[in-house]
Formats: sequence, structure tokens, C-alpha cells
Amino acid sequence: MFALPFIRDALLAGSAIAIASGLLGYFVVLRAQVFAGDALSHVAFTGALASAAAGLDLRIGLFTLTVALALAFAALGDHARADDVSIGVVFAWILGLGVLFLDLFNSSAGGSSGILGARALFGSIFALGAGPSAVAAIVALGLIAITLAVARPLLFATLDPAVALARGVPVGALGALFLVLVGVDAAEATQAVGALLMLGLLAAPAGAAHRLTVSPYAGMALSAALALASVWIGIALSYRIGALPPSSAIVLVAGAFYVLAALAGWRALPRSLGWMR
Amino acid sequence: MNPTFSANPVSDLNQLFQYPFMVHALQAGTIVALVGALIGWFVVVRRESFVCHTLSVMSFPGASGAALAGLPLASGYFAFAVAGALAIAAGSRAGARRSLSHESAVVGTVGAVALALGFLFLSLYGGVLESVETLLFGSAVGISAGQVRTLALVGALAAIALAAIARPLLYASVDEQAARADGVPVRALAVAFLVLLALAVAAIAQIVGVLLTFALLVAPAATAQQLTARIGASLAIAVALALIEVWAALALTYFTNVALGFYVTTIALGFYALAHAARKLRHS
Repeated sequence: MFALPFIRDALLAGSAIAIASGLLGYFVVLRAQVFAGDALSHVAFTGALASAAAGLDLRIGLFTLTVALALAFAALGDHARADDVSIGVVFAWILGLGVLFLDLFNSSAGGSSGILGARALFGSIFALGAGPSAVAAIVALGLIAITLAVARPLLFATLDPAVALARGVPVGALGALFLVLVGVDAAEATQAVGALLMLGLLAAPAGAAHRLTVSPYAGMALSAALALASVWIGIALSYRIGALPPSSAIVLVAGAFYVLAALAGWRALPRSLGWMR
Repeated sequence: MNPTFSANPVSDLNQLFQYPFMVHALQAGTIVALVGALIGWFVVVRRESFVCHTLSVMSFPGASGAALAGLPLASGYFAFAVAGALAIAAGSRAGARRSLSHESAVVGTVGAVALALGFLFLSLYGGVLESVETLLFGSAVGISAGQVRTLALVGALAAIALAAIARPLLYASVDEQAARADGVPVRALAVAFLVLLALAVAAIAQIVGVLLTFALLVAPAATAQQLTARIGASLAIAVALALIEVWAALALTYFTNVALGFYVTTIALGFYALAHAARKLRHS
């Protein structure tokens, strides 16, 4: 299996993206911003279609649009946390724009939009190629480094924004930077697992980690490890079972981790909450 | 058929009603706007717009799973939407208090798993990929008279069910602790509302597509709640905005031949931005 170049490329890019998504996902869940992450990953679809309609490299549209939208979300809310409704309305509109680009692309190039659309929506980690997967890995490493560098102040700003602000932590700027990181991650992950499935890597491993531990650094490590395991197991499963697309396999494994963690966390609930079971 | 826009509004309107497919689209759109705005109003009060979005995404595995199993598509839509609602209800409350971060993780995971299953079903089915876009963005043209009747039935049932639980649901949504202390079955109401939302969203998504459901359910209600705090007034405004959104978008689509989704979402965003700006002005 490892002798095949496309598997090695997939593992290289997939591992880097998984660790980045796991780390960022820990904060996404902690800040209850999964919807923003979801929106950023869905608009990647519009970005891909816009660059297709304009005849540019897919990645230009992807990164431009996700970063722009991340900044817009940051501007919409207090402390760079926009509320669900604003996110939803803006994001529905961007998807509406995506349909428009799809129409334009259809009439200009004809025919192949179904394949492009499906590729942008669901990605194909096996079709990355050596060059793009190396670029994806380098960008993901950059994301990991920045996330780790801001982890401490970001944690402070998330858990107690008022005190953090009083202590001179730039809460708003950190929130905006964080959303931009998630946006870049969404553009990254779109190439590997697709715009619609990126959420699986962002929410499921981090959600599982939050169920299992309250310690932030252990949680971050666990979240990244679970995301990495999801990608590896997913790629292996998809390699063994021909009918199983890699994107589906990765997200289903991540979902299974979440269910296991929820069951484990449920049993560990203190007695005082036992009546809720 | 060649849609031609003239300066004469009467002949334009006549043109709109001339074709059965446009009449069906207008009927379906009107039902969706009426029911969607009412349910969406509660979605906004309960801050469950992410849940609403995720439940509409359930249509994707629903449709592709039903196609794979050879069942009617509608059965897949409803089955997956209700299953998703129950999964979210089961996972989102671990303790007595509402935990936003757990809830958003559960909803996101359910959505991602649903999409992964949908993609798996689709590749097993080996169907045509173009249908993905129709599924996501709907098609105003392909609505039959039978679909309009089904939609009307589901819409009426959902509206009646919502009316029956509206008062306690509002209490539980606005002040959960007090409602619980008053003996309101908060948890049961939350689950009932999620299932109701799932059924309505499944019916709506079959007509307007997965991604537009949100623009028709949540955006008008959110706009109305920006404008007034009074319950009756904001419900009425939400319904009116949703109707304007649908009718205007259908007419524009007919005359310009650009995707319906673009117009629906653009008008929704326009109204919301105006209401937001108006509110900012009034408070400054």
C-alpha cells in the first residue's frame, strides 16, 4: 500500500491537514464556533467555482474567499464572535453566489461542471498529486505553528474574555486571527476531503476530545491525535474497500470516534447528574 | 417559451401564470414561505439555526440512500431528517444546563457524518453527479401538482402541531430555568420541536433544495426579530418577508434565467442587512 505514490501523497497531505484541523477544531468547539467553521468550509465551494468560472487555479479562489469571509465574520460580531443568524444569512448568500458561478461556468465551459462541482464538494485525497500535496503539507505546518504559538492567549481570551481584555490581551484581534486560521484550514481541507466534509475533521475529533478531558493541552493533543488517526484509518479502509470513497471513510471514522467518546463520557458523568440519563 | 420582460406589469404577471410549472412553483413557494417563516421564527428564538441548517443537509443522505435502496425519495428525506433530529437531541444535552460548545460539536458531527454517508451512497449508486446540484440548490421548474399537494399537507400538519405547542415552547425557549421550575416539560418540548423542524425541513428541502431552506426559514424570521420585539408583529413581518422573497425571486428567475438560489439568498441578505442597519441607527 505504501509503495503507491498516490497513497504516500495522500498520507503526507492528509496527516498535516488532520493535525491542523484537530488543533484548530479544539478551539472551534471550545468557542462554540462550529457553525462558523461549517460556513467557511461550505463557501470554499463558491471559491472553487468562482475561480473555475474565471479560469484560474482553484486554490486562488479557495483561499481568497475563505479568508475574506473569515474577516467578515470577525467584523460582524463582538469580540470577533458573530452570532449564528448573521453567519447563516451571509453564508446562504455566498452559496447563492456559488449557484450563479455554476450557471456561468456551465454556459461558458459546458458539461464538466458536474465533476468539478462534485470534486469541490467532496474532494479526493487520492487525486492530489505530488506538488499540491507538498504545498498542502507546508501550509498545514504553518497553521500548526501559528496555532501553537497563540494557543495560550487564545485559550485565555476564549474562557474569560472580560478578564483577558483587562489584562491587555487583544481579544478581538485574536478572534479575527483565529477565524482566518480556520478559513485557511477550510481551503486546505477542501482539496483533501472536500468542502462539505471538512467539518468532520474540525468538529468530530475535537468534540470527542472535549468529552474525554477538561485539560486544555491534553485536549488539544488528543484532538489532533484523533484527527490524525481518522485520516490514516480512513485512507486504509478506502484503499481496502474499493467502493468506499476516502472522504467518506475519513469522516465516518471521525464520527465513530465521537460516538465512542460520547458513550465513555456519558458513563463517567457524576452521580448528581445521573437523573439526566 | 421565451420569457420577455416588458414595461407593462399586467402582461408580465399574465406571462408568469401562463405556464403550469410556474404556477406550481408559485404555489409551492407560497406554502414554504408561510410554514417556513413560522417555524423559522422559533428556530431564531431558540438559537438553533445551525441545527436547522444541519437538518436540511440530512436530505442529501436521505435522497441518495433512498435512490440506492430503490425506495421513494420522500421516504429517505423524512427518515434521515428525523433520525438526525433524534441524534442531535440525544447528544446535545449531557447535563442539566445547555452547553453551547458540546451542542455545536454534536450538530457539526451529525452533519458531517450525514454528508459522508450521502457521498458513500451516491458513489455506491453510481448515479449521475449533476443531480447533486439539483439536490443542493433545488429546481423550481420540476415541481408537480402531486408534490404541491404533499407539501400543503405536511405544511398544514406542521403548522397545527406548532400552534399546539407554541405557548409552552416559547416559555421554555425564552426562560428555560423558570419554565422547568413551573413544570413545563422542557426536554420533551425541545425534542418535539426538533422532530417537527426535521419534518418541515425535509418537506421544504425536497422543493427548494438543501441550501436554500436556510434562507427561507431563518433569514425572514431573523430580520423580523431585528425590527420588533413584539411577538405577533414579528411573526407577521417574518411571513410577509418570506412571501416577498419567494415571489420576487421566482419572478426574477423567470425573466432573467439565472438560478433561483442566487435571488432568494440575495434578497434575504438584503432585507437582513437593512434591518440590521436600521436597528443600529435607532440604538445609536
